Amino acid sequence: MHDFSQALAVAFSMILSLDEGLVRIIGLSLRVSLSAVAIATLIGLPLGAAVAALSFPGRRAVAVALNTMMGLPPVVVGLVVYLLLSRSGPFGVLGLLFTPTAMIVAQTVMIVPIVASLARQTVEDLLVEYDDLLRVTGAGPVRRLATLLSEARWSLVTTVLAGFGRASAEVGAVMIVGGNIEHVTRVMTTAIALETSKGDLPMALGLGLVLMTLSLTVNLAASLLKEAGARPA
Amino acid sequence: MLRRSFVLGCAAAAALAGLVQAAAPSAALAADRFITVASTTSTEDSGLFGSILPKFTAKTGIEVRVVAKGTGQAIDLAKRGDADVLFVHHKPSEEKFVAEGFSTLRKPVMYNDFVVVGPSSDPAGVKGSKDVAQSLSKIAEAKAPFVSRGDDSGTHKAELALWKTANLDPAKAEGGWYRSIGQGMGPTLNTAAAMNGYALTDRGTWLNFKNRGPLTVLVEGDKRLFNQYGVMLVNPAKFAHVKAADGQAFVDWLVSAEGQKAIADYTINGEPLFFPNASDPGA
Repeated sequence: MHDFSQALAVAFSMILSLDEGLVRIIGLSLRVSLSAVAIATLIGLPLGAAVAALSFPGRRAVAVALNTMMGLPPVVVGLVVYLLLSRSGPFGVLGLLFTPTAMIVAQTVMIVPIVASLARQTVEDLLVEYDDLLRVTGAGPVRRLATLLSEARWSLVTTVLAGFGRASAEVGAVMIVGGNIEHVTRVMTTAIALETSKGDLPMALGLGLVLMTLSLTVNLAASLLKEAGARPA
Repeated sequence: MLRRSFVLGCAAAAALAGLVQAAAPSAALAADRFITVASTTSTEDSGLFGSILPKFTAKTGIEVRVVAKGTGQAIDLAKRGDADVLFVHHKPSEEKFVAEGFSTLRKPVMYNDFVVVGPSSDPAGVKGSKDVAQSLSKIAEAKAPFVSRGDDSGTHKAELALWKTANLDPAKAEGGWYRSIGQGMGPTLNTAAAMNGYALTDRGTWLNFKNRGPLTVLVEGDKRLFNQYGVMLVNPAKFAHVKAADGQAFVDWLVSAEGQKAIADYTINGEPLFFPNASDPGA
């Protein structure tokens, strides 16, 4: 129990003192994960909706593939992105390895399947209601997807949050492609791993609590947004 | 109306993301002049880099970005051209790195030593021994838990070499007492502390390690426990993007009188963690 109370004390003093190093790490965590979520949303929502509402060859296969890829181990994603971005890899000339950009790429790859899969399910459920209507109005594929996504938007907030949760909590991928470089690519999860390595368990757990607080803030904001938006309906 | 509020929400989210981007200019600013150093967890976890790198950066304006891995991984990283400088601790591997043309010159920097830590109850009875080979034999005989890095790091390679001097092959160990966990020094010590096990660690990481539990230093002082560190610039002839001038500046600083003093000055509770020896050509 002593460890836990110590961790709580560490977490509180860190949040209260807002030490510069911590602010930087939190800022980078948010920057990387929110960027990845934004990109994954732009790709994943239309993709999921397309798989749900359009008919094209291989549609079921894509759906199964997306579901499977929801379980992609972060370490594997990290390794693949690392090999691609390494100086000896195909995209080595870009010099992106060990930068926040590389971390955003890895997290995006990881959460696109989550956003797309969950969006597919949501839109598929909605389609039961709207299919006839859309058929009658003779909407083209783009119009069809736009209408469905727009109607499902508040349910999709949860989809996007699931993506954010996965991105902000993973350590395997960002550790490999970011390298956990102090001031440059160190984020909350890799900092936690580092403190664990040093045997400073209260500090590690304290950082974990700060990360949870951060996640709570983001989720709370999303939930307020969702509530405010859904109310007029 | 509904659609408008949704669009507004999206715009707000995008603005927020933009704000976060703007609030984190550190990477862009810091990116002016830097080198990437592939090094080992022992130099990072022991706090050495945190102590000496600011001195180098203050003098030269070159930021040093450290990627800390096990020696095996660090070498692999440098061989792919993903680092400008390699700073590790396994001389045979370093010499091979140079022989293969990945660097043109290895320079000795400093040394410390390995120690065998274990529970203070010491079921194998090795406390105070200065003969590491005999101590390992006793641990094997007692089938006391021994936690191995198992990650191809410098410490892991050193541990395997020590078992060899004891004429033992832990890979063939029976009874589950030899536990290879494939992790860094810190996690290995965490594991040993949790299972009352023995482990080989570099002294630097040990001194800076906080979660010791029942662990204490049991075997030290055998000259076979010597742990030498070397540094080398990745060959710019092999990888055109290597920052040769700035990387060389870091290598030169490490072995200069100033760099060597910075290393010697890093202590924990008055105890030095690393001993500079760049002046010893055979090291």
